[in-house]
Formats: sequence, C-alpha cells, structure tokens
Amino acid sequence: MATAPRPPLFLRPASYRRRRRRDAARLLPFVGGFLFLLPILWAPQNTFERDTAPDGIFLFGVWAFLIVLAFVISRSLAVPSEDDDPDSGNDPDDDS
Amino acid sequence: MPLNILVIASLAYVICLFLVAWVAERRADRGRLGWLRSPLVYTLSLSIYCTAWTFYGAVGYAARSGLEFLTIYLGPTLVFIGWWWLLRKLVRIGRRQRVTSIADLISSRFGKSNLLGIIVTVMAVVAATPYIALQLQSVTLSVSAFAVPGEDGSAPPGTEATAIWVAGGLALFTILFGTRNLDAKEQHHGIVTAIAVEAVVKLVALVAVGIFVVWGLAGGPADIVARIHASEIADWNLQPGRWAGLIFVSAAAVICLPRMFQVMVVECADERHLFTAAWAFPLYLFAMSLFIIPIAVIGLERMPTGANPDMFVLTLPLAEGQGALAMLAFLGGFSSATSMVIVESIALATMVSNHIVMPIWLRLRPAKAVSGDVRRIVLLSRRLSIGAVLALGYAYYRMSGGSAALAAIGLIAFAGVVQFLPAIVFGIFWRGATRVGAALGLVVGFAVWAYTLFLPSFGPDAVIPAMVFVEGPFGIDWLRPRALFGVDGMDPLIHSLFWSVTLNTGVFLLGSIVTFPGPVERMQGAAFVRVFDIAASGPRGWEKGFAETEDLLVMAQRILGDDDALAFFEAEAKGQGKAGYLPDPSPQFIARLERRLAGSVGAATAHAMISQLAGRATVTVEDLMAVASESAQIMEYSARLESQQAELARTAGQLREANEKLTQLSVQKDAFLSQISHELRTPMTSIRAFSEILTEPDMPPDMVAHYGRIIHDEAKRLTRLLDDLLDLSVLENGTVQLNLGLSNLSQMIDRALQAASHTKPERSFIIHRDLPMENIFLRTDADRLVQVFINLISNARKYCDSDHPELRVVVRHRAGRVTVDFIDNGSGIPKGKQALIFEKFARLTDQTRAGGAGLGLAICREIMANLGGTISYLPGQGGAAFRVALPLRLERKAA
Repeated sequence: MATAPRPPLFLRPASYRRRRRRDAARLLPFVGGFLFLLPILWAPQNTFERDTAPDGIFLFGVWAFLIVLAFVISRSLAVPSEDDDPDSGNDPDDDS
Repeated sequence: MPLNILVIASLAYVICLFLVAWVAERRADRGRLGWLRSPLVYTLSLSIYCTAWTFYGAVGYAARSGLEFLTIYLGPTLVFIGWWWLLRKLVRIGRRQRVTSIADLISSRFGKSNLLGIIVTVMAVVAATPYIALQLQSVTLSVSAFAVPGEDGSAPPGTEATAIWVAGGLALFTILFGTRNLDAKEQHHGIVTAIAVEAVVKLVALVAVGIFVVWGLAGGPADIVARIHASEIADWNLQPGRWAGLIFVSAAAVICLPRMFQVMVVECADERHLFTAAWAFPLYLFAMSLFIIPIAVIGLERMPTGANPDMFVLTLPLAEGQGALAMLAFLGGFSSATSMVIVESIALATMVSNHIVMPIWLRLRPAKAVSGDVRRIVLLSRRLSIGAVLALGYAYYRMSGGSAALAAIGLIAFAGVVQFLPAIVFGIFWRGATRVGAALGLVVGFAVWAYTLFLPSFGPDAVIPAMVFVEGPFGIDWLRPRALFGVDGMDPLIHSLFWSVTLNTGVFLLGSIVTFPGPVERMQGAAFVRVFDIAASGPRGWEKGFAETEDLLVMAQRILGDDDALAFFEAEAKGQGKAGYLPDPSPQFIARLERRLAGSVGAATAHAMISQLAGRATVTVEDLMAVASESAQIMEYSARLESQQAELARTAGQLREANEKLTQLSVQKDAFLSQISHELRTPMTSIRAFSEILTEPDMPPDMVAHYGRIIHDEAKRLTRLLDDLLDLSVLENGTVQLNLGLSNLSQMIDRALQAASHTKPERSFIIHRDLPMENIFLRTDADRLVQVFINLISNARKYCDSDHPELRVVVRHRAGRVTVDFIDNGSGIPKGKQALIFEKFARLTDQTRAGGAGLGLAICREIMANLGGTISYLPGQGGAAFRVALPLRLERKAA
C-alpha cells in the first residue's frame, strides 16, 4: 500500500484562523459555566444584603454577553472559506 | 370574564393552528418547502423547551426561591453555545443513521439492541407522564383562574371536565397531523410550523405582560430595581448544591428530553441550522426569563396574600382590569402546554410503536413481516400510543390531585430523563461503551430515581409506606429513600440526582470495561464515535446471496409504500449499472435498504425484518479492519481505490450484461430468420396449393368459394405480418409521423378495453379501474397509445393463467409525467425472462398458444420511445405487471 502524504506541520493563515475559531466555539461553554457558577463564591445565602437585584443584573449581563459571543463565533464559522477542502477532512487535531 | 368567550377564543386559536399546520403540510407535499426549512423555524420549534412550566411556573418559582429559577434556562444556554461539542455530533449521527427517537439512538448505538430500546421507551414514558399531567394541570388552573362565575350565572366547569376536554382535543390534533407520514425522516412539517407559531405567541404574551408590569404598573427599570429591593424576595438564598445541580439537570434534560430530541435531531432539516440556533435559542430563553422577576415582585406586592404565585402571569392583568392582555396571556399559556404535549406524545408514540409494538408483532407473526400491511399496523399503533400517553398523563393528574407546585413536578421529570445522559454521551464519544454497561446503567439509574424521587412524590403512604421514610425498608437504616447510604440532610432533588447519576455512570463504566461487545455493536460504536471521519457508506454486515431482491422489494413496499420502494430500488439498480427495478442483493445495497427502513420503523425492527430474509448479519475481517484502522489517510486512500474498483466492477457488469444480451439476440435473430421464413412459407404454401387446385376445370362453385376464402385469409395473415414488420422498422428509424392532439386518458383506456375484448372473448375478466384518477387530458398520439394499451390488455387476456382473472389499471400523475400500470393476477413472468420480453420475436410460450410473431411488445416499446415515454415490467406486484410512463404534454420534436 502506498504511503499517503504526511499532513503539513504548519498551516496557512486562513486555515489557522479557522481552527482557532473552532477552538473559541469549544471554549465558550466553559467560560459560560465558570461565569454562571461565580455567584457561589460570594455565597448570597449567608449575607443579609439585599442582593437579588444586583445578582440578577450580573447573571443577565453574563447571559447577554455569551449570546453575543456565540453569535459572533457561529457567524464566523458559518462563512465557508474558499480553501475549505485541503485540510478540513484530515485535520490531525480536529477529530470531534 | 365569562367562560364562553374563553372557550371561543381557545377554539379560534386552535382552528388557526389547524390552518397553519394544514397549509404547511400542503406546501411540503408540493415540495415547496422554502421558509418551512429556515433556521428561524428550527429555532422557534426548539422553544417547546419552554412549556407551561416556564410560562406560569417560572414566576411562582421566582416568588418562592428568587433567582434560582434561572438555572432551568442557564443549563440549555450552555449546551447551545457549546453546540460544537455535542449537538453538532448528535445531529450528524441522527441524519446519518436515520434515527427516529432517543430510544432508537441508544438502541442503534449499542448494536441495534431492542432490549435497550424497550428500557429507554419505558423510562421515557414514565418520566414524561408527570410532565404531561403538569401541562393539563396548568391549563385547568388557568381556566379556573379566568372563569369566575359569570354574570349570566353560568357555573365554571369542573377541573376534571376541562382536563378531559383538553387531553382529548390534543390527542385528536396530534393524531391528525403527527401520524400522516410514516417515514420519520419525511418530518412533520405541519406540526413543526404550528409549534413555531405557538413559540411566537407565548413569547409575545409573556413579554407583553412583562412590559405592562414594568412600564404600566411600575415606573420603568429603575423603579423595578427599587421595588425588588423592597420586596419579599430581595434577599435570595443561593444554595451552591442546588444552583450547580439544577444547571446540570437542565443542561442534561435539554439533550435527553424525548420532545427536545424530536425537534432538535429528528425534525432537523439541515445541519447548518445549528449555526443560528446556537445563539438564537439562548436569546429566546433570555427574552422569556427577562420579565419573570419583575412580574413576581409586582405580583407579590399587589395580589392578596395567599394568591397562587404560579398564576401571577394571568391573575395580575386580570386584577388590573386588562382583559385583553389577560386573554393574550391565557393563549400564551395554552400554547406552551399544547405544543409540549403534541411533540412529546409524537416522540413517545414513535418510540412505543417502534420498540414495543412492532417487535412483539414481528415475534407473534414473523411471516406477516413480508406479506402483511406493515404500514397500517405501524400507523395504527402510533395513533393508539398517542391516546395512551395522554390517558396516562390524565391519570397521573387525577391521582396526584393536581396540587403540587408546578416547578417540583417539572424537576422530577427532568431528573428522570437525565438518566439517559451517560449512555448518550459515552456512547458517542467512547468506543468502549457496551450494551451490557448501558443497560445496567440505565436500569440502576432509573431504579434509584424512582425509589428516591418519583415514588415519594406521590406522598408518604401513597406508594411507599411512611415508615420506610423514617426507618428504611425492613428497618435497614441506610436505604431510606431520602437519605441513601446515610447521607442525610441533603435537598431531596439533589440527593436523588446525585445518587442516581453517580450510580448510573459508575455501573455503566464498570459494565462496559468488563464486558466484550458483539460485532454489530463494535461496528455501530465506530460509526457513531467517528461519524465525522468515516465515509458515508459506513459499516455493513450483510452476507451476499441470501436474500432474493424481489422478496426484499415486496417487504419494502409494505413499509415505504409502492412508489417510494420502487423508486429506491430503481435508483439502486441504476447505481449498479443495471436497468429495471431489481438490483443485485449486494451487502452495500442491503445496508442502505436497512437504513432506509430504519427511518420508518426504527433500527432494531428494520434489522430484525431484514435478517428474516437475508439471514444473520455477519461482519467480515475487512469490515473490522476498516473500522480498527486509526489512520484517516490510509482509510481515505483505500476508499479511493475501493471506489475505483467499484466503478470498474460496475462497468464490467454493464459489459457482461450487454454481452449476454447480444449473444441472446444473435441466437434470437437466427431463430427469427427461420421463424419468419417459416411464417412466410406456411401461408405461401397453402396459397400456392389452393390456387393450383382452382386452376383445374369442373370445380363445384361452393368449393371454389371455400378455397378462395382460404386463399384470402392466408393472404391477409401474410399482409398483417408484413405490416407489423414494416411498422417496427418505421418506428425504429424514428421516421414515424406522430398525430399529436389532446385526448382523455379514460376514453383511451375505454377504447383499448373494447378493442381488446375480441381477444379470447370467452374469458371474462374483472377490470379494476380508478376513474377519477384516469380523468386527465394528455397531449400525445392517441391512436398509437391506444395501440400499446390494446397490446397489453390482449396479452393479459391471452396469458393470465388465473382461474378468476382480474386486471387492475392504476394511473398516477406526478411532476408532469403520467404512469399507467396494467397488473393482472396470473403467475407473472419469471425473473430470467423479464429482460427479454421487449425484444423482437421473443416468445415465452410455444407458438401455438401465442398465435403471433412475437412483435407486439417490441412495437409497444418503440411506440413509447417515440412518444417520449417508456414501457417496463414491474416486478413484485403479484402477477404480470407493465408500467407505461409518458409525459403529460409531448412537445413536437424539432424537425
């Protein structure tokens, strides 16, 4: 059986950017999870402060921020780049 | 507000939904999908996540526990903004494997195991029952909140009556639009569109109430913040365990709920819709949640103490005298409840019919899998399942008394479906997950959930005796349902969730590690985990040569319907380089057929049905090696070689077929030459003999007349034969003059039937026709077409060997083409001869029975080619069957 050509070690800038955008898409839920769990740290149950309003504003703010990020990332991923074929199928580091 | 206005508004709303669903179905039937398949409709249909529990219950939840209600929407937000991880893969697998439900996904992943299908189906039905009850409860609550005894003295209806009417109406709507199609991949466009409309209604309603509260009752956002500070829920208690646990539960539920799986994966028309849904669905949830706290705060402030906070969305506008707004809110809540129940019952009914009813039915009467009408059985079982699911929900509603807070019931259902999560997540990311592990994990998780959360939800002494809660079963202290293994003092929900998911995952992993998967299981595991790498053909497992293609065709027709099955087989035959409807039963073809059938009846059932005809599935060494090979390059290289080889094999097949045909033709030609000289000589001999006799003198005049008539008849036979030959050569050269005009197909068939009745007039035929379908006008050469019909009908009269001969004439009209099938109930034409009958001088029986020169069908074929159509033999129709296909409007060829 003939040996297939080895994948290139470094990528062209366009492909490189696309992979980083995918990385951003993978990272986003972890950022969101971290921010949503933050209120546990300041533990609202032990205080006597009136914290429903500020906490609510914080959570809705994080939520809106995540939606905007998701919008930007999915937009940039949805645009098919012109050199999609050469290195989309057999990415060594892109298997999911 | 009087009750009858409420009823009229609800009815009008339901009729609108009917119209929307009906129009969408009509458009889909005509292939004009357009906006029906837009990402917007997909996103809106996902909003069935927001049921009546969101619409009414969220405000109540906020009034009781402050911001904790947000967890239910933050979890799904995380799943959707992280779509690149999980949803993308789920949707791809769902489309590649033609998954019909979540039970089908799990059963198909673990070697098409029907046992897993049954387990998941039972779990899903049990977990969904309280949820459906919750929807019925919310509608009845909202009706009774609305319908204070009217001025006209009409009493408000009993809650049972409302619940029964709602359940019955929903069952009817779901059956009408949810069980029209059998192939789940054909998708329920009507339902999805109606759901999308309902999504808009509930969002508009909730936002309208919110705007009224913020700017109508309070003085804008700043004032709202001040009022929150002054309200009872100004200081909320975040319990870290519940906060994290509920975010996890809701994130898992959005993947595992049968109805979410239905709209997210099964009804997904295009993978790219996820690009939009990834941000648009979180945005929808954001908009639904934004006004919950303000409504709760203002409700607590203005409504009398003791008012049910679950109904604030409705009672607040009512108390402020905003009748129209309250009506909108009522319709919003109604939408939330109905859309959830409709999709949930479709999803559950598909699971019940595919994984419980069909396997039992196949076990009871295996022979019927091939000959019986499977479509009817499947649809009937789905309709009955929809009714049964709704009846269960109603029963739970009656039993539980409809008193518990909405949020509590919803969370119990969520915790139940979360038990699917380990099987799904490990199933699609880990090839080592096995069937035994999955079954053990599901059963253990489900049992723990039922024991610690579901059964206790009926209250002490209802199912579990009160003593067990205190002392544990049989006095075993560490088995108390609320304190398993002595872990006391935990929140009951988190306690149950923690133990069920932990034990579920632990048993699943342990079971997977110690057991060994079967071959089909390993193939499916690889196909799921590596769905982005493995080529579309995927693994296959059928040994060649066991199945007879015609039997497969007969079975496929029972499930997919005649047209679809024939079209599928024809396309497959064309892919193999063969003409006609019967491809070779190659393993690839059988695997594709199985996947196609799986779209209708689920993977496990399709697998079982095919194995009845094709024998056991086997996995060859090459298959396993192809899967085991980790190098994508090598796989791609060999795939390319394979495709070249397939191409070569196809060409070789075509050549072989052509060669065979040529050899047969040459033999036929020789046979014909001797045949035709014989045919020409026989009349010539008798003409010569009798004319010689006539030359003798003293012939009595009656003898002269007799011999003259014989000479005349023989000359006529000769002429007819020569006419046929001439006709054929004219048609073959394409020099024939066509006499185009508009004529009615029905009249043409009438003419043909009448003309053909002279053939064997002593046989009486029963003719089945479909006159309304036949009533179309064709632009074609009517005389030529009638000639073809006469030939086919006369053939049927001559050769049909049934004692009670019948002839069916079936007309179909699709996309500018008309097909006319002539099907008799004789023994048909043996498979080996089917390719020959359209050749010149081909005769299947001996000449005396045929009484012709064997030119009839050859002439028919040439006529049809001249009319821009085809004539072909249809196998597998229970008799000889011919299909004439021609264009509705034949344009005159440019000279």
